[in-house]
Amino acid sequence: MNKGEYTLQRESEFAWRIDPTGKMRVPGVVYADESLIEGMDDKVFEQLANVASLPGIVQAAYAMPDAHWGYGFPIGGVAAFDPDEGGVVSAGGVGFDISCGVRCLRTGLTVDDIEPHKKKLADQLYKHIPVGVGSTGRIHLNDKGMQGMLRGGARWAVEQGFGNPEDLEHIEERGCMAGADPAEVSDRARKRQQDEMGTLGSGNHYLEVQRVAEIYDRNTAAAFGLQVDDVVIFIHCGSRGLGHQIGTEFLKYMVLAASQHKIELPDRELACAPINSELGQAYLGAMRAGINCALANRQIITHLTREVFADVLPKADLTLLFDVSHNTCKVEAHRVQGGERKLYVHRKGATRAFGPGHPEIPETLRAVGQPVLIGGSMGTESHVLVGTEQGADLSFHSACHGAGRAMSRHQASKQWRGRSLVDELAERGIQIRSPSMRGVAEEAPGAYKDVRAVVDAAEKAGLARKVARLEPHVCVKG
Amino acid sequence: MGLRGYGVTPKEAFEQTGLALTATVTELDSVSPDERVDVECEAPDLELLLVDWINALVYEMATRNMLFSRFAVKLDGNRLSGSAWGEPVQRQKHMPAVEAKGATYTALKVCEQENGGWMAQCVIDV
Repeated sequence: MNKGEYTLQRESEFAWRIDPTGKMRVPGVVYADESLIEGMDDKVFEQLANVASLPGIVQAAYAMPDAHWGYGFPIGGVAAFDPDEGGVVSAGGVGFDISCGVRCLRTGLTVDDIEPHKKKLADQLYKHIPVGVGSTGRIHLNDKGMQGMLRGGARWAVEQGFGNPEDLEHIEERGCMAGADPAEVSDRARKRQQDEMGTLGSGNHYLEVQRVAEIYDRNTAAAFGLQVDDVVIFIHCGSRGLGHQIGTEFLKYMVLAASQHKIELPDRELACAPINSELGQAYLGAMRAGINCALANRQIITHLTREVFADVLPKADLTLLFDVSHNTCKVEAHRVQGGERKLYVHRKGATRAFGPGHPEIPETLRAVGQPVLIGGSMGTESHVLVGTEQGADLSFHSACHGAGRAMSRHQASKQWRGRSLVDELAERGIQIRSPSMRGVAEEAPGAYKDVRAVVDAAEKAGLARKVARLEPHVCVKG
Repeated sequence: MGLRGYGVTPKEAFEQTGLALTATVTELDSVSPDERVDVECEAPDLELLLVDWINALVYEMATRNMLFSRFAVKLDGNRLSGSAWGEPVQRQKHMPAVEAKGATYTALKVCEQENGGWMAQCVIDV
């Protein structure tokens, strides 16, 4: 199949390859079915080819089934770099919303428990959890608090009384990203964050109360503590203003230093620096502090959610299934051509998906594999998947992260009206709360791709296996 | 989301991108230009300067919790001095739709057009 100037060779029903041409150092690999590929903008393939041309890239540049064109890297892009081969770290390859991710909480409730209280629950969650543009949290971080948060992540939040120590076991990195260097986080980034802890943000960020509608894999669902009609909560947000500012600043530093590092950028947005350089190390230190900010943020929101449930549905017991980030660069050991190497794996709009037995998975889940949390749109469905063993060879243990946009915000806001959408969804039993009706229109379910086609492709490609499908009942939208 | 400003001079095109930035968040007419905030930027070329200008506005919007509806820019070589007039965000009045995270280098262009006017554009992440 031809997409723009690139020819895609079909490797299997769900894997496509772009052979290296021009400056590409490795092939591009896209995991998707034919109709998803046809629906992808030609820019996705151009961006994938650009990523494949970066120094020190290992094996291939990958695009997940939900790939759509982003800034520099495609969203749904995965690329690993070897520092010993001149490999780079890219601020554009992580994105502005560092460590944006999803966490899933079990509630110990069934749909019958929440049905009579849904409106109150929606109102209380909306009132209690700061959401939307200009919202600030109840916490004002002073210098010491900021320092502690940037180093400690969710562990710091738990020490401050937000949540339980048991939560930490079910967060990537046990809730605290090692190697964070607060000294590399500018005063401006700190200032953007000092009143934003425990806020959801806007755009596609949300908190949803969902029902487990279908189980695909009974044994894994049991290990995850999920049954049909259980109520769970998805929280989708990131590192807020701090991450955005770190991304903004380092993107510029990397663009300006590219020629000094003898890096030819096919697109300025791919701005990067050698891992083994002062700038590369500075970015890694700041980015890891950004990861901690996101982990702390989701931990505080979890605490606020628990407060609401304790008030509205006191018998609820909110326990953490897992917290996984989908905008990161992490150092991981992978086998490449028979040998183990430490690689810097960028996932931009892609989810880490470790298979059974991986030491990074919490002990309680290790036998089955890592939960992979896929957010859909507010009117459709979300999914829980699990990492596979073959994911190691396919995509450095990575899978999709969501449905992916099918049309721009501008198009969506012309096609739908927020108020009518909220009313239509309410008739279907989905309570939406949002400060902006235009924001709701821009996030209309019809503006997104079919998330089921995306997770089906991820499963059939072998990246992750489907465990459960979740339907929204309450959505607090940024 | 893409921002594009047209003007007789680069300065005017830059000012128009400020308006476009606010329009991604709310209706421009809803923002009263009551308070002035000044920003300074410096970058090696006009395109990088545009990114800096938009990022400076994003920063002021985020940290002051404000929206702006009037802009004035002075360009002096690689330096930009800008002013933005606006007011604090009010949820009921402005119903802000999205929060700008930062300006990207995607589709970044500042150029003179065939009619002699100037165009400045970039994409912001929201």
